[in-house]
Amino acid sequence: MPSYIALRLVSAVVMALLASLVIFLISHFVPGDPVLAQLGDILASDPAVVAEWRAKWGLDLPLWERYGIFLSGLLHGDLGTSIATRRPVLEDIVQFAPATVELATISFVMALALGIPLGIAAAVRRDSWVDAVARVVSLVGVSAPTFWLAFIMLAVFYGWLGWAPGPGRVDPIAFPPEGPTGFLLIDTALIADWEGFADALAHLILPAIVLAAATLGLITRTTRAAMLDCLQQDYVRVARAKGLMERVVILRHALRNALVPVVTLGGLAYANLLTGAVMTETIFAWPGLGRYTFRSAAALDFPAIMGITLVVSATYLLVNLLVDISYAVLDPRVRR
Amino acid sequence: MTAILDVRDLVTVFHTDAGPVRAVDGVSFTVGAGETLGIVGESGSGKSVTAQSIMRLLDPPARIEGGQVLFQGRDVLAMTTRELTDWRGAGAAMVFQDSLTGLNPVLTILRQVSEHVVAHGRMDIAGARRHGIELLRSMGVASPERAATSFPHQFSGGMRQRVMLAIGMANDPVLLIADEPTTALDVTVQAQILDLMAGLNQKHGTAIVLISHDLGVIGSLCRRIAVMYAGEVVETGPTAEVLDDPRHPYAWALAHAVPRLDAPLAARLPGVEGMPPDPLAMPRGCRFAPRCRFRIARCEAEHPPLAEIGPGRAVRCWVTMDGGRLPSPALPAAAAAPRAADTEPPLLEAEGLVKTFRLPRKGIFAPHETVHAVNGVSLHLMRGESLGIVGESGCGKSTLARLITRLHAPDAGSIRFQGKDITALGGEALRALRLQMQMVFQDPYASLNPRMRVDQILLEPLLVHGHAKPQERVAALLDMVGLNPAWGTRFPHEFSGGQRQRISIARALALNPALIVADEPVSALDVNVQAQVLNLMLELRERLGLSYLFIAHDLAVVRAFCDRVAVMYLGRLVEEASAAELFARPAHPYTVSLLSAVPEPGRSRIILHGEPPSSLRQLQGCAFRQRCPVARPVCAESPPLIEVAAGHSVLCHAPWSLQRA
Repeated sequence: MPSYIALRLVSAVVMALLASLVIFLISHFVPGDPVLAQLGDILASDPAVVAEWRAKWGLDLPLWERYGIFLSGLLHGDLGTSIATRRPVLEDIVQFAPATVELATISFVMALALGIPLGIAAAVRRDSWVDAVARVVSLVGVSAPTFWLAFIMLAVFYGWLGWAPGPGRVDPIAFPPEGPTGFLLIDTALIADWEGFADALAHLILPAIVLAAATLGLITRTTRAAMLDCLQQDYVRVARAKGLMERVVILRHALRNALVPVVTLGGLAYANLLTGAVMTETIFAWPGLGRYTFRSAAALDFPAIMGITLVVSATYLLVNLLVDISYAVLDPRVRR
Repeated sequence: MTAILDVRDLVTVFHTDAGPVRAVDGVSFTVGAGETLGIVGESGSGKSVTAQSIMRLLDPPARIEGGQVLFQGRDVLAMTTRELTDWRGAGAAMVFQDSLTGLNPVLTILRQVSEHVVAHGRMDIAGARRHGIELLRSMGVASPERAATSFPHQFSGGMRQRVMLAIGMANDPVLLIADEPTTALDVTVQAQILDLMAGLNQKHGTAIVLISHDLGVIGSLCRRIAVMYAGEVVETGPTAEVLDDPRHPYAWALAHAVPRLDAPLAARLPGVEGMPPDPLAMPRGCRFAPRCRFRIARCEAEHPPLAEIGPGRAVRCWVTMDGGRLPSPALPAAAAAPRAADTEPPLLEAEGLVKTFRLPRKGIFAPHETVHAVNGVSLHLMRGESLGIVGESGCGKSTLARLITRLHAPDAGSIRFQGKDITALGGEALRALRLQMQMVFQDPYASLNPRMRVDQILLEPLLVHGHAKPQERVAALLDMVGLNPAWGTRFPHEFSGGQRQRISIARALALNPALIVADEPVSALDVNVQAQVLNLMLELRERLGLSYLFIAHDLAVVRAFCDRVAVMYLGRLVEEASAAELFARPAHPYTVSLLSAVPEPGRSRIILHGEPPSSLRQLQGCAFRQRCPVARPVCAESPPLIEVAAGHSVLCHAPWSLQRA
């Protein structure tokens, strides 16, 4: 087991290096010369000035040396400066990330907490009404477009019933605490600002539901299919023949085997939630990474886009690492 | 003797889309305290469904629709869920066939052996774990303490089946139902497990219901037998009597279809032609009548009852229910196989073949481990001859088959085929070689592409090699293997296992090869179907002058089929002789034990302990010496290949030192 985890860690580091290399090379091969762009037509016609500029920005160094500088910058947390916000990209990301992580985590937990029990119940009571509900939930969850679902939710629960607050992360007149974590639920709880906590939670609910819908659908469907498969296995029959109670047979013998595909899918889904909430964040005016990504892309803000790309790849690598480790915890055949 | 289990008129129906299938149709039997009952029948006869009905383990669409299952007087079918969980695994326990799928891959062995001791409230967790370890020890699991941290995939098949038995015995049940407990095991391991079960029966007085398709297995353990056919019991009685003097024609065919080591050889195995009846449309009269060679007019009109014909004997047959007997099968004399003259060069010659496989590393810094699959094998095969290669799983026999057909390239050694060196052939020359050499594989389900029609499957090799009249050839091939040429438009799943194996043989024959390498071609088939397929292969050999390299673990099948036999152990051929000579006068202790391990009624066995050592290490000296009952110091040196008689060679320091029990 330790050797398995060590191997996964090493491979994650290698993958991270590869990702940084790819991102660096893309920025290098993208058409357009930054020196020309900076100097303008007239100055750029003088080769001496151009050469001086290239030397100043290190562009005359060999490619691998520039990659080295880029990498050491990365390790020191230097992702460059955003053209649009004129602030270091890292600072921007640190500011916007907590809102996204908070939203993604809440909706992920919601999807798991609902989807796994629903999937189990649907498999155990196959063709019953629970199964019918589960099938409808997975179909609607997977197939309903985000913008449509978001619009319906806002129109019904905010516009019509008035049960939920409108877009945004907090009430416009509220002053949320600034730090220390950036997660409003945690920050308000830390200073016992329960009014602020309730406000933040209320604002979270609608976007979290919208974001959770697709994941919920996938998790329900996968859990159901995996459980159906496991309940057919001989070891389940052996467990029943031992005289174990049905609850034990399902939870101890079938579920643990069924969780392996659910973990695979869950990992991917969580990484997707963390990095792909652009539409939901835009509709709900959520000040998160999704909106930052959208704005940077629209403004052709290369340093910001590179920074975001790095963060996205790091997120996937991290989640994959966690998934690999959960495999080993769940399934002894994976440990070596 | 009071009955522990009394099954009366049990009816279990599968409600399929096509209609209700009465898989178990009025089955009755009793099992007394400490008794051993064997239930035998081909697949689909309802024997496993009977067992699962008794334990009430069936899921919809199966439903028990009639009858009673009385366990010590209590009706199991009337139990509440609570009573049922209390009774299962404590009063009666069940052991299943496949120990790989039967054990939960993610729970430790010890937990699986002890959890139901706790669940039934007999011990606390610590006590149950100690009990579990003792139980595993008594089942012959070496160093059982490791079960606390081991998972099923870390145990061998034989060890897993011991674990399954330990699970069954954990709460000291009075009845153990074992469904094909040894079918997936090698013959020497099977002998160990059967021995263990006989011990449980004697020591604890546990009554055993053993379900198997193998009459030998049942005959070596059970005192009474029930033969099932198409959902019904067709004959019951003391095992010895039924085997010696079967009164139901199906039991008769079963008893004679099994190739036995101690029976005289026949040119053809007597078997039952045809297939079991369609369960959706059972015949009105006797269900066996359409396949029965003894049938009379009444058989097709009236369904026979199970009638008492003697003390403890009953039979469901119009012909014999008045006490009549069935004749012994006439054994046609073995026809001499068409053999090439000795002066002719061999069709196939292999010299010193070696094949190793590198395993993936276990850790970043761990070295690669190497499996020594084939360790210097030499053999030759004459035109028109059948050479059998026997050995337990892992001995390298399948790798050898793949080396000879050049699916693998050997690490060392040479192969000559039709006088040409084919050791290093590649590309076009290798493709041309495939015209002459074809394979038939074990699993008739996995070796045919389910998305291709049968005619497409047969057409493919013809088109690849540019046959002139491919369509006509397909029809001829189907006819040749005894299938209706019109069935070419069907898909493989529409055929039974035996028919699929016929299709595999037709595919292998498509290009008129000189040599067919058959890797366990009948081991996935029912006994009866086995006989049919073997008869077909024998007939094709005579008609087409084929040569066979026949890989098998079933010694009796090899004896019935092959001219010469080579015994393989850990990548080496340890003995080679003509079939008649080898089975009459086996010289290597391994061959002797292997022959002795084959379960046959009323014969004691030499039980080999342990399992073949790992092929990861190259052993010094004789590879068999750790398990050999007659090993001596000299065995630490490499044994010589001794020719003990003409054409009979043995790799042993002391041939004939072990005698059969």
